[in-house]
Amino acid sequence: MPRSVKKGPYVDETLLKRIQGLNDSNQKRVLKTWARRSTITPEFVGHTLAIHNGNKFIPVFISENMVGHKLGEFSPTRTFRGHGGKAAEKSGRPR
Amino acid sequence: MARIAGVDLPKDKRVLIGLTYIFGIGVSRSKKILEDASVGENIRVKDLSNDDIAKIRAVITKNYQVEGTLRTDVTMNIKRLMDIGCYRGLRHRRGLPVHGQRTHTNARTRRGRRSGVGGKKK
Repeated sequence: MPRSVKKGPYVDETLLKRIQGLNDSNQKRVLKTWARRSTITPEFVGHTLAIHNGNKFIPVFISENMVGHKLGEFSPTRTFRGHGGKAAEKSGRPR
Repeated sequence: MARIAGVDLPKDKRVLIGLTYIFGIGVSRSKKILEDASVGENIRVKDLSNDDIAKIRAVITKNYQVEGTLRTDVTMNIKRLMDIGCYRGLRHRRGLPVHGQRTHTNARTRRGRRSGVGGKKK
């Protein structure tokens, strides 16, 4: 079930503040963040965020197409190598 | 022969069913279209007058995306997901199920025929 429209999109407040700080002072810097549950809003576009995947930070450049998705979608938490069979082992390496 | 949206409709079926042969139109949409065009659902496709066909065609082109345009739309959406490198895009790239289904067993529709070890005896 989608989130109620009334509430608007969920954006991590600290992260939004930090991004707005960068926007105001016109800087570009890689921001480390753990806020995987945060929605990407138009303010984020053009920044690079290092999104934690539970192990390390994955740098992601935010483009316009990504608005509306969550940050966590861009930082996979599992490495799937496939199940069983020789064919699966061969084709199972992540891209 | 009734040709709507570049598809030949089966001529012996009722229009309600006949319209569902068009990609992007199912039974509920078909019902809606016939209502809007004020054409009876139970007429056979071969008995439709040219007038009826024109009306149906007008309703469809005005309100719905069907066939080619719909198909390109769908592939564009998938392409977008793949380009931005999000989780759903990765699943599409790998040909694995997208909506969180298990892949230990099953998921054969997305993964294609089995290519396991051994196989059936004789």
